[in-house]
Amino acid sequence: MPQGQLTGTRIRERRIMQGMRQAELAQKAGISASYLNLIEHNRRRIGGKLLLSLAEVLGVEPSALSEGAEAAMIATLGEARAADPNAAPVEETPEAFAGRYPGWAELLARRHRRVNELERTVETLTDRLTHDPYLAAALHEVLSTVTAIRSTAGILADTPELEPEWRDRFHRNVNEDAARLAESAQALVSYLDEGAEEQGNLASPQDELEAFLKEADYHFADLEGGKGGAVEGILSKAQVLQSAAGKASARLYLDRYVGDSKDMPLEPVVDTLRAMGPDPAALAQEFNVSLSRAMRRMAELPSVDGVPKVGMVSCDASGTLIFRKPVEGFALPRFGAACPKWPLFQALSRPMVPIRQTLRQDARGEVQFTAYAISEPASAPSFGQEPLFNAHMLLVPIEHTDRSATPPQDLGVSCRICPLKACEGRREPSILTEGF
Amino acid sequence: MGKHVLVIEDEPNIIEAISFILSRDGWTVDTHSNGHDAVDVVRAKAPDLIILDVMLPGKSGYDILTELRSGPETADLPVLMLTARGQTKDRDLAEKIGASRFMTKPFSNAEVLEALRELVPQ
Repeated sequence: MPQGQLTGTRIRERRIMQGMRQAELAQKAGISASYLNLIEHNRRRIGGKLLLSLAEVLGVEPSALSEGAEAAMIATLGEARAADPNAAPVEETPEAFAGRYPGWAELLARRHRRVNELERTVETLTDRLTHDPYLAAALHEVLSTVTAIRSTAGILADTPELEPEWRDRFHRNVNEDAARLAESAQALVSYLDEGAEEQGNLASPQDELEAFLKEADYHFADLEGGKGGAVEGILSKAQVLQSAAGKASARLYLDRYVGDSKDMPLEPVVDTLRAMGPDPAALAQEFNVSLSRAMRRMAELPSVDGVPKVGMVSCDASGTLIFRKPVEGFALPRFGAACPKWPLFQALSRPMVPIRQTLRQDARGEVQFTAYAISEPASAPSFGQEPLFNAHMLLVPIEHTDRSATPPQDLGVSCRICPLKACEGRREPSILTEGF
Repeated sequence: MGKHVLVIEDEPNIIEAISFILSRDGWTVDTHSNGHDAVDVVRAKAPDLIILDVMLPGKSGYDILTELRSGPETADLPVLMLTARGQTKDRDLAEKIGASRFMTKPFSNAEVLEALRELVPQ
């Protein structure tokens, strides 16, 4: 698997920090000094085994040398370049740029993410004017009332010798309409005011929910055992939940959490997973719940020994990601569509069929996952109504020792930052060049 | 007896004001305030002209107009459409379906009277 080129720079930094000479490190790692030199200048990609021995000699975690946060940053740098059609051609790859000027690269990446956020806010606002049903209804109400007032006032002003009964009647109508207009205008203003606050710092209610869950690390000890009474307390303490919509989706999530913890109590769940392995099917059978609930429960567990930390992602029938719990080594796209090869999307086309697959995301090839995916109806089925399906995918990291000889399925994050060649699922060209 | 106009609009005070100015102008005015059975009412009352609001409870003015245009006895009936939105696409849609005139709220009484006189010469 190709490694990000930054790895070399980091090996060099670590070595220099420790005052070790190139030849010394090369010898201890069992390679030639000139080869190490190429690696350190990011001109050779380095394999898993060599990375492990270099890390051992340098006394650092292999992950400190391989990609991590920087991989995401480099992808962002690439995206930033691709987003600007007027960018002048440059010799350097994003990796080389980030390697030489890490501070500036970080700044640029952060600015780019901010631009993305703002673009999204603009989109949301534009959408609101055209599609927001409340806004449309409120404006319609205002215009209708104004029409009635204008017409009635016209009659009062322009009709000579208007009969007293009619005059009184129209006066009353104008008065009524004026009161209604004041009310609907006020409602409109307060709605727009609230909307302005709702935007806050986070781009959408979904972002708020994600920030909220991340803060809690997706586990709520106070709710375990089905303690639904604690939901409101948790919500009122959560500062990241700024908008009403964000709070509402968090409440929905927590209510479901309470149900899950009642039907699948924490300790028996952990015991089952320890005994049977991290398999959602085992959990589903043991507690007589659907596979998607079993998956969700696994994503709600705290860190305990013997149970791996899992990632989870759900989408609706349009393929839009509606829930995401990230896991190290599997990137989830922040904006735009994901990789069509994800088992998540395969599940959508095969409702109710459990899918299991061993996979890795190409660019971060060090980590492999067992992915479990299932597509289930989003609501209780009823006659005369086509069911809507949601799909869910659980990502369980595979330990190095448990890996099988068969290579895992390679897939990506999203096309723009995916280096996979000859992919039948590709929608748009990748911005990643082949290096050399 | 003047010409016969049917006002299909759900806002009571607009109905009252329009009815008043139209009858003062010599029209015989009937009113109706929901979309469900508006087409039947038009056929039953056979007016010389209708004033049709776009946003009606039950059925939209566009749907009502489409139905009217597809029936032989109402295919050529003059229709003045009223809407609270003056966007080009609403106007285009109204014209495509076959509205004779299109008027954006809020309008003045004089505008309505003038439009009606043009649509149905007295």
